[in-house]
Amino acid sequence: MIAELGLAALWLAAALAGLQLFAAVIGLIGKGDDAEGAGIAGLVRPAAIVQALLCALSFGALLLLFARTDLSVLLVATNSHSMKPMIFKLAATWGNHEGSMLLWVSVMALSGGLIALVERRLPVRTMIATLGAQAFVGLGFYAFLLFSSNPFARLAEPVAEGQGLNPLLQDIGLAFHPPTLYFGYVGLSVAFSFAVGALLTRQVTPEFARVMRPWVLGAWSFLTIGITAGSYWAYYELGWGGWWFWDPVENASLMPWLAATALLHSASVLAARDALRAWTIMLGVVAFSMSMIGTFLVRSGILTSVHAFAVDPERGSFILALLTIYIGGALVLFALRANTVAEGERFSILSREGALVVNNVALSAILGIVLLGTLYPLLTEAFDVRVSVGPPYFNPVGAIFFLPMMLVLAVGPMLRWRNDRLERIRWSAIGLLALPVALAIGLGISLKIDLLPLLGMALSASVAIGSLMPLRGRALRRVPLATWGMVIAHFGVAVALFGMSADTAFQKERLVAARVGETVQDGPWSITLKSVEPVAGPNWTAIRATLLASYDGGPVQESHPQARSFWAPPQDTSESALLTRWNGQLYTVLGGEAEGDRWQLRLWWKPFVTWVWYGGVLIALGGALALIGRVSGDLKRRRAQARNIERRSAGDPLMENPA
Amino acid sequence: MKRLRLVLWGVVAVVACLFGLFAFQLSRPKDDVVVSAMIGKPMPQFDLKPSVADRPGLSTRDLMDGKPKLVNVFASWCVPCAAEAEQLAALEQNGAVIVGIAIRDRPQDVAAFLQAYGNPFTRIGADDISEVQLSIGSSGVPETFVVDGKGIIRYQHIGDIRAENIPQLLQELRKAES
Repeated sequence: MIAELGLAALWLAAALAGLQLFAAVIGLIGKGDDAEGAGIAGLVRPAAIVQALLCALSFGALLLLFARTDLSVLLVATNSHSMKPMIFKLAATWGNHEGSMLLWVSVMALSGGLIALVERRLPVRTMIATLGAQAFVGLGFYAFLLFSSNPFARLAEPVAEGQGLNPLLQDIGLAFHPPTLYFGYVGLSVAFSFAVGALLTRQVTPEFARVMRPWVLGAWSFLTIGITAGSYWAYYELGWGGWWFWDPVENASLMPWLAATALLHSASVLAARDALRAWTIMLGVVAFSMSMIGTFLVRSGILTSVHAFAVDPERGSFILALLTIYIGGALVLFALRANTVAEGERFSILSREGALVVNNVALSAILGIVLLGTLYPLLTEAFDVRVSVGPPYFNPVGAIFFLPMMLVLAVGPMLRWRNDRLERIRWSAIGLLALPVALAIGLGISLKIDLLPLLGMALSASVAIGSLMPLRGRALRRVPLATWGMVIAHFGVAVALFGMSADTAFQKERLVAARVGETVQDGPWSITLKSVEPVAGPNWTAIRATLLASYDGGPVQESHPQARSFWAPPQDTSESALLTRWNGQLYTVLGGEAEGDRWQLRLWWKPFVTWVWYGGVLIALGGALALIGRVSGDLKRRRAQARNIERRSAGDPLMENPA
Repeated sequence: MKRLRLVLWGVVAVVACLFGLFAFQLSRPKDDVVVSAMIGKPMPQFDLKPSVADRPGLSTRDLMDGKPKLVNVFASWCVPCAAEAEQLAALEQNGAVIVGIAIRDRPQDVAAFLQAYGNPFTRIGADDISEVQLSIGSSGVPETFVVDGKGIIRYQHIGDIRAENIPQLLQELRKAES
């Protein structure tokens, strides 16, 4: 019953998306001065809102099916198990292809409904075009769900027990990683709809940028958290001790983030200065394109990846068709319309806008580099040459643009809009640029480390100081929330950069075969293998080592790495154990039994590695603060406007325009 | 403005090519098999002592007698090797000449293993320190190589041989003959 209800709600939502698109097209073809609510175009907003409710109902139905482990539903039977802890039963809802697509569609419908409900600033026609674009994109995904990935399909005969969930995915990190990434991807779909809407009506204005900005900020914050969580999950769950592998699936989440970061900054320029109009629209299209290309690469199995969980070429063809329609369509529309979007305001190179353009160019270049590296194996495979592209390409080539971008990031926020004088910022700029040089030389001489981590550490100091400069000489309590957001996000970049560089430069790795009672040394840690014993969990058995670790002769801490065997489905995983200090982590992995009563242990001392994720969290926090600041500012303005209108209609003489 | 338009249509064209490439790749069967780098290379020089009393040892010269052979890398302590014994017997019945390399093993264990699961091998060399195994690019047991009459490696099968792999191995042997 619940499954049928969910499916019916999904079909109804799809039908409403069709209605929404139809009404929007009629509204746009019709006369330009159609007042909202007049004629069929008035159906656009209600359709979006009801569609959102139906999608929420449909997703709620699927959640309930998973919570109850209804084994007559194919998706539940193949992805869940009655013995699983409740949190992982719920996480299994989106830990598979069909459920995650339903989540995608639901979030998209909810954002569409939210825009329809609250957004009143844009011209009516742009609004209708935006919601029409949203419905058009939505329809493709509804078709995908209903025709090729129905999450509610029943089994002819209920099975006795579910097949479980990939044990690597039975982890608290997974409960949050995909949904946050999806919120990010889908938030970018809203930016995409706004961009297409503005292109259709040729209304690319600062107001448009202000309307789009909260969505970009929100999407970007979610992407940041999603990538950070995913990186940490891969770090401790896969047991490889690394936090970024340049794997296609990771790149698939990084590329939309890079585009969204560029979009965020160019939208700020458009909102504040009415410049970079066409460029902002272009980035709006590119950011969502990257989300879709990412989804395509992950789901189609076209690239070989270490963690592709839901691979199916047929679905790949479907997503490719959607990709062609939306991205191709938007690009063609952009090419046709770009020269009718009037050029925006001009500005000098030495200005806030100038610095932001440099940031945009660098981010786009890095995006291009990552895209090329990700697709290169695909390209050569067409000529039957197998290659694998990894860190030796991405790190140095990306650094060509990344390092200068960091320098601009340190100085840029100090610059004024439109035109600044070099004399005004000369001393701070020289200080910020000289600092990394001095640090690099100092560190390079005193410690023997590689060039890239060396530059990274030196630059992180500059960025950290530079990020705080906008607060200089201001009353901290009167600094707007959005500025705090920028400061914190930029400071987070410095923190993450320092963590990445320090871990790369100073990491100490040891692989030993230790007897019980034996003590080994890894960097400042001395680690004793105390015992190895079997343990059992709800759906796995494991051998667990007890390690006694002491940092530099300090107090002894226990650490328990495990080698786990899941029995539903059967699979072996290693559960690493971490000891966290403020200045890094000791990462231990238990391997198999070696000959002569020895146990394989892999030990890493990773100085400051946690700063990578602290930085990521700070960046996302900055985004969230900026979002709150912008939205509350908008609300204040709206209330003030409402009061104005009230007074005017009441004939308040004070508000009467003297002219 | 005209130049901007040209650039934009260029972008559209590049994206179209990209999607074309995606479609082309999707339409091709996915081939995830990484072909061994040893294919086409001659067997390295080695001379292994016999592993068991009733079969001679194995040297590079033995693989250059003009007749293609299957070289099976196995060990008595390896469970999948026991599982594939049936398949090796079937291959032998189909006329394949099979020689073995026993990895890090004791003569009495190998003898017991052959006693229990059958002995399809004409020769068995003892590779006590994985020396030959490593030099022919084998990372584990069991693995099976097709070597032609001149001692050139033609094909590598990683993991145990399943019933469905037999036709392919026989075909590779025939190919190696020509």
